[in-house]
Amino acid sequence: MDMEQQLNINGHAGAAVSNTEAIIEVKNLQKGFDKVPVLRDLSLQLFENENLVVLGKSGSGKSVLIKCMVRLLIADSGSIHIFGKNVQEMNERELAEVRVKIGFLFQSGALYDSMTIKENLEFPLIRIKKHLSRKEIDEKIEEALHNVGLSDTINKMPSQLSGGMRKRASLARTIVVDPMIMLYDEPTTGLDPVTSDEISILINNVKKTYNTSSIIITHDIECARATGDRVIMLDKGEVYMEGSIEEFEQSTDALIQSFFKIRQPSSTKAQTHHG
Amino acid sequence: MKAIRPVLKRIPKLPSVKTQAIKISDNAIKKTQLTTRFFREIGEFYLFGWLTFRATFSRSFEFKEFLRQCFQVGNKTLPLISLTGLVIGLVLTIQSRPILADFGATSMLPGMVAVSIIREMGPVVTALICCGKIGSGMGAELGSMKVSEQIDAMEVSSTNPMRYLVVPRVLAATLMIPVLVLYADALGILGSWVGANIKGDVTFALFFTQAFRSIGFSDFLPAVIKTFFFGAAIGFVGCYKGFTAGRGTESVGKAANQSVVLASVFVILIDLIAVQITDMLY
Ligand SMILES: Nc1ncnc2c1ncn2[C@@H]1O[C@H](COP(=O)(O)OP(=O)(O)OP(=O)(O)O)[C@@H](O)[C@H]1O
Ligand SMILES: [Mg+2]
Repeated sequence: MDMEQQLNINGHAGAAVSNTEAIIEVKNLQKGFDKVPVLRDLSLQLFENENLVVLGKSGSGKSVLIKCMVRLLIADSGSIHIFGKNVQEMNERELAEVRVKIGFLFQSGALYDSMTIKENLEFPLIRIKKHLSRKEIDEKIEEALHNVGLSDTINKMPSQLSGGMRKRASLARTIVVDPMIMLYDEPTTGLDPVTSDEISILINNVKKTYNTSSIIITHDIECARATGDRVIMLDKGEVYMEGSIEEFEQSTDALIQSFFKIRQPSSTKAQTHHG
Repeated sequence: MKAIRPVLKRIPKLPSVKTQAIKISDNAIKKTQLTTRFFREIGEFYLFGWLTFRATFSRSFEFKEFLRQCFQVGNKTLPLISLTGLVIGLVLTIQSRPILADFGATSMLPGMVAVSIIREMGPVVTALICCGKIGSGMGAELGSMKVSEQIDAMEVSSTNPMRYLVVPRVLAATLMIPVLVLYADALGILGSWVGANIKGDVTFALFFTQAFRSIGFSDFLPAVIKTFFFGAAIGFVGCYKGFTAGRGTESVGKAANQSVVLASVFVILIDLIAVQITDMLY
């Protein structure tokens, strides 16, 4: 089965490989906590202007994977190259340079509690884009909040927002600095279907407008369908399958079916509703 | 044959000896784990200290955040410190008056109370209150930031959290606690005057002159210098405990609690050292 899947992937990604090079290249990554391995021998690539969806059961190490990419966690072994440079071996200045180019949406949102939404967005903006004028900063903030549908919460504190609003606000904080690589950790979890769809559209728009490459971690198959150019399934700390959404949906593998089929009824319902 | 029997009888006891041995080795492992954790903690403490030191003397300084923290430190503790300062002065006066009266030395009352407030009571009591209010506040605030990944978020948006969070807090505590101590001293002397007026009649001016006549440079300076160290210790311990909080919400409470304990221990140790040094110098 593995061979077949492998072939599928190469068939699918072949076009992308030939004319672009990997922006992020993870090779044989291993990471464990207190001797319990979480990621074992994980390899993947992210190509230019591509949305890569990462699926996997809860606790399979998806968040750990992207945290290793920005060196919030230090891998035990293996390598992560971003723009051709090994993240593990960078000094602080190089690391800061790379981090500026990466937008990171935390699973928990991670909004700064002590600041208003506006200050939350301003915080990375004035530190990363130092040349902007006051007016440009305000405009960018308004635009980003408008994109996530939160224009009227600009002066509220995070504690005054609902869970979904916090998630969107932190998405706005991530995109406001126009990063070249986006790492979304479950961007649509906890959102209603309508807002989820809007977020998926937003993710696609970000990709189109700024030519970003993104890794989208999600459990939301609708979001994966809407945004994913390529899908990777993690299991037990390794890549279980890699391919296009269609290949995943047609797969006869039990684990993959369980991921896709459970949600089937709700998606058909949604379709009939639309129709 | 008979001699062997008791020996055979004893054989089934062997497993219990074994479990004993296993228990002992379990204990040994636990103890080694505790010791390694202890040493790791000391290592982390030093590393955090070094990083804070380095961040303090780096080029960019978060001045706005520093002012905000100064305000926080003052604002949080002012009511409590005012009350304690006044009451300490008052109580010290009321309690020492009878003893001094026995010796016919009530005129020494202002001086004695002022010296004890400025040398010891003011600094230590204020610092211990700050351990409770400021140390725990910083521990809890940074701990919750750590748990909810806000510190990570700062780090990936190319802001050094040591520079943005720790340095302003440590400096604010270092500079504000001496100010608060002076304020508490002043209120203590005021309270003492009130106490002196309960039984007797002293004008404030007279009381004040008497009090300050007995305070020398050698009382004042070491007392002020040690308060800077108190402040630094409180700010640093609060930040350290917050930053090294574990995962999960319960570690926020733990961080706050441990900040208070550790900061209080530091304050008392620093006081002890300061007394020794002053004693040697004067
Ligand atoms: N900082 C850490 N310290 C110790 N263990 C950790 C840490 N971070 C993650 N883990 C462990 O690593 C494993 C994978 O965690 P991770 O957060 O990557 O899961 P996930 O795939 O993102 O799951 P979910 O879909 O629920 O978010 C979990 O078992 C978790 O307990
Ligand atoms: Mg996760």
